[in-house]
Order: sequence, then structure tokens, then C-alpha cells
Amino acid sequence: MTAAPEKTGPADAPPPGREPETIKAIPVRHYGRWVSAVVVLVLLGLLVNAFANAKVNYHAIPDYLFNSNVLTGLGKTVLISVLAMLLGLVLGIVLAVMRLSKNPVTSSVSWAYIWFFRGTPVYVQLLLWFNLALIFPEINLGFIYRDYTSSFMTPFMAALLGLGLNEAAYMSEIVRAGIQSVDEGQTEASHALGMSQGRTLRRIVLPQAMRVIVPPTGNEFINMLKTSSLAASAAQYLELLRSTSDIGQTTGATVEMLFLAATWYLILTSVFSVGQFYLERYYARGSLRSLPLTPWQKVRANLAMIGQRSKEGVRA
Amino acid sequence: MNAMVKAEGVHKSFGAAHILKGIDLEVAQGEVFCLIGPSGSGKSTFLRCINHLEKINAGRLYVDGELVGYRQKGDKLYELKDSEVARNRRDIGMVFQRFNLFPHMTALANVMEAPIQVKGESKASAKERAVKLLDRVGLADKAGNYPSQLSGGQQQRVAIARALAMEPKLMLFDEPTSALDPELVGDVLDVMRGLAEDGMTMIVVTHEMGFAREVGDALVFMDDGVVVESGHPREVLTNPRHDRTKSFLSKVL
Repeated sequence: MTAAPEKTGPADAPPPGREPETIKAIPVRHYGRWVSAVVVLVLLGLLVNAFANAKVNYHAIPDYLFNSNVLTGLGKTVLISVLAMLLGLVLGIVLAVMRLSKNPVTSSVSWAYIWFFRGTPVYVQLLLWFNLALIFPEINLGFIYRDYTSSFMTPFMAALLGLGLNEAAYMSEIVRAGIQSVDEGQTEASHALGMSQGRTLRRIVLPQAMRVIVPPTGNEFINMLKTSSLAASAAQYLELLRSTSDIGQTTGATVEMLFLAATWYLILTSVFSVGQFYLERYYARGSLRSLPLTPWQKVRANLAMIGQRSKEGVRA
Repeated sequence: MNAMVKAEGVHKSFGAAHILKGIDLEVAQGEVFCLIGPSGSGKSTFLRCINHLEKINAGRLYVDGELVGYRQKGDKLYELKDSEVARNRRDIGMVFQRFNLFPHMTALANVMEAPIQVKGESKASAKERAVKLLDRVGLADKAGNYPSQLSGGQQQRVAIARALAMEPKLMLFDEPTSALDPELVGDVLDVMRGLAEDGMTMIVVTHEMGFAREVGDALVFMDDGVVVESGHPREVLTNPRHDRTKSFLSKVL
């Protein structure tokens, strides 16, 4: 923010005395910019026009936006995405630590896990989990747990395992990159203070690694929100896309309901992007001299500036 | 007097590089012991062996009469567990050339971290002591600042306070002023001088010959992994006996 001459903030008040004369020059005219702006606007207009005249019954979208079936599907999408992401995150941290450990067995196992789960389509993995009962009719963990696979592997469990275990492979690479980005001197300083390996990881390394981990994790989460739609056809999990397309089939408003689903996905990803911004801001403390403004702070700053300008305008 | 640190024929190599080639020395309790020498001479490596950040390959290293990193039973050596190594490190403070403050914590939190996490001290008493320590290094007003908001000299003083918070019996300084602007060196050296006056045993790897001469009780000149010359700082610095020492000093003084 540039300080206007008459601004009387306590900290950034201009030093008293003679003000330097502000340069008033005629700016360079960028004709190319005008032309390209017009071209882009015309193309955009054509696109909007095409959709406005398309055979789409747009009224159906708001009508069904808060339909109870849609909301149930929406809730299931959010639930499975959050849980699968949590599973992926926790397992991903474990896998990353295993991968970085000096023990050749754990690091190879971690490598093989990532190799398999990253190397096969998540759709195939979802199908495999859902059809697990065909090869293992019974799940037997000794006296801890024993049940028929078909009653254990509900659509929810298949979706959770399929999405979560796949996510863990990606998350472990992200976490590993984060851990490796932290300066070795941090570990040394922590060890020199008598802190154990585990405590060093938890208190010193991971909090700093988070700065590197959070942005790609936000990406992963947004991907997860969308990928969860695969669980519908692969594992019969009735999430958002399935519930909207079911409505589309019974009412004949197929495309309208796809638009509706797209609207909800956009709303979800937008909401979580805001959350990600605040998370990144939290983990940036200490590494930036001043934290970036929150959107709300930006709005207030802009309003203040506009107010300032209009006052100037009146005076001029 | 009791030896705080005792090295007997300490060797260390990294792969094919033989860094320490038989170091013998003794650091008495309460002594300020200065290690000087050209870069690559092994002084920092030796310092890092003392708190077992590096494992020695041969010889014996004792801190306060206890073997570093190993336990001797009969004529067999047993490696210490990680937790035992960590326990021994509590009593040895270390200050690094690049400060290595925890950037995600304020100065105060940096100083409080180890007493709370390692010693299980209560937050309130850790905070009380941390405030006192920051005051002692002249940074009481910077308690709430993050390291990135502090100058190099201030960061290094916080790092000293952080090490002191564990109430160590021995402090290791690894070129504590080498990364600092010349005008900031004095503040850090003043803090170290104060520590020396309080009777702290200190091993200081340094290029500050003035500090060594003024504050040091003993000085060792190392080159190429061996101790070339040792004695009282004033003596060694003004009347070096070996040619290697002479040529080194002529370059740095």
C-alpha cells in the first residue's frame, strides 16, 4: 500500500519537511493490450451466447440444488474425501518416515508400496477392494476381528480403502519432500539439546516441513474431492455424482444435473481453497517477515484506499 | 583439577577422508579452551565428536569421566542407545556457526522448547527461566520475535540462551561469530565472556584471536587432523614454536 501524502498513520507517517515532487508523466499507450482484450471479450461473448441458446433447462439446477438426495450425496462425497485424505495423510507420514529410515527392510517396503499404489489406476484399486470377497471370503485377524468379507467390505469401506491407500502413496512422497526440505542443522540443533529422534521429527522437522507439504496436499485434496466420484461406479458408493445423475435419469434432465454436480464440486473446491490459504498462512509464521493479508484484511485495506482516493478526488 | 573433556588418540574419517588423526587433549573444569586452525583442519569435527553428533572411529573420548557414545564392560565396548546418547547430550550445550534456531518458534519458544520437551519442566517455570536467560543475553525485548526478524548477532545470542536453558556443564561453540557482520561480533563475544566469568567450561572453535588471547585459558592449534601446538593462548599466539603455527598466525593476525 502506498502512503498517500495526507495519511496520518502512526507508523508509516511520512517524515516532516519538504515533500518530493511526484512525477506526472503521460503513460505509454499499450494498443496491443486493447486489441487482445477486445478479441478475448468477443470470444467469451460467443461462448456465453452459445450456452444461453443451448437446449438447457437452467431452472432445473437451482430447483435441485438443495434436493435431499443431492445433499445426501454431497455429504457422502465430503465424508469419503475427508476420511480418505486423513487415512492417506497418516499412512503417508508413516511411509515417508519408513522410506527415510536407515532400516533397509522398512525403506524397501515403503518403496514397493509406493511403486504399486502409484503405478496402478485408482479405479482398478477401487474395483479390487470392492471385489475382495471373491478371493478372500472371510476376514480373519485372529481373535481381534473375524467376519465375512462381503459384510465388512461395504461400498463405504471399499471407497475408503481404495481412495485412502492410493492417496497414501502420493502423500508419502509429498511428506518426504517436505522432510528433506528442512535444513539438517535443525535436526542437529535439536539432537544437541538432547531431544530424541521422534520428538525432533514431531516438534522441529514436521512443523517446518508443513510449509512445503501443505500446498501440494491442498492439490491432492481437491483431486480427492473429484476422484471420489469414481467410487460410485467402482464400489457402488452413492456420492454426489451418482445421486445427481440418478435424478438426471429419472427426470430426463441429464445435462442439467451434470451442471448441478459441477456447481457443487466448484463450491466445495472453492471452500477448501480458502481453508488452504489459512493453513498455509499459519505454517508460514516465522519464515516470512510479515504474513500475507487474509482476504478480509485485503478487502478492508482496499476499502480504506478507495475511501482515501475519493477524499483526494474531492479535494483536487 | 578434574578433566571435563579428555581425548585419547581420537580418529575420525568420513569414507576415505581421514579428518582426525589421533587427537590427545584435556579440558579442565571451568576452563575456556580455544581451538584454532585453518579450515579443514578438523576442529569442528572434533567438537561435534564431543557430543556424539559424529562417531569417532578410534581412540577414546570422555566427558566428565564418562565415555562418549559407548559403554565399556570389561574389554568390550557397547554402543549406547539413542535415548542414552540423548540423555548425555542434555548436559552439553552447543552453539552453531549458522545459529540453527528453530524458525517456526519465537525466541522465547526456542529457549523454552528443550526444558519442556526433554526435562519435562512446567511451562510456567520454563518461561520464567527463558525470560531471565534472554535478559542475560540482552534480548529481553525480543522474546516475541521470530528468528527471521532478528539480526545474526541477536539470533546467535538467542541460540546461546537456548543452550544455557538446559543448564549444561559444558558449552561447545562452533565458530559462533564466523557468520556475523563484524559489528555484531562484539555482542556475542561479550555474552561468551560473561559465561566464562561465571565459570562455565567452554570449548570454542574460533578465528577470534583477540577473544582467545583475552578470555582463553588454554589454546590448541590444529592442522590436518593433529594437534600441532598447545599452551596458554598468550604464549602460543605471541611466541608460536612451530613453523606451521607461525605461518597460520601471520595470515590471520
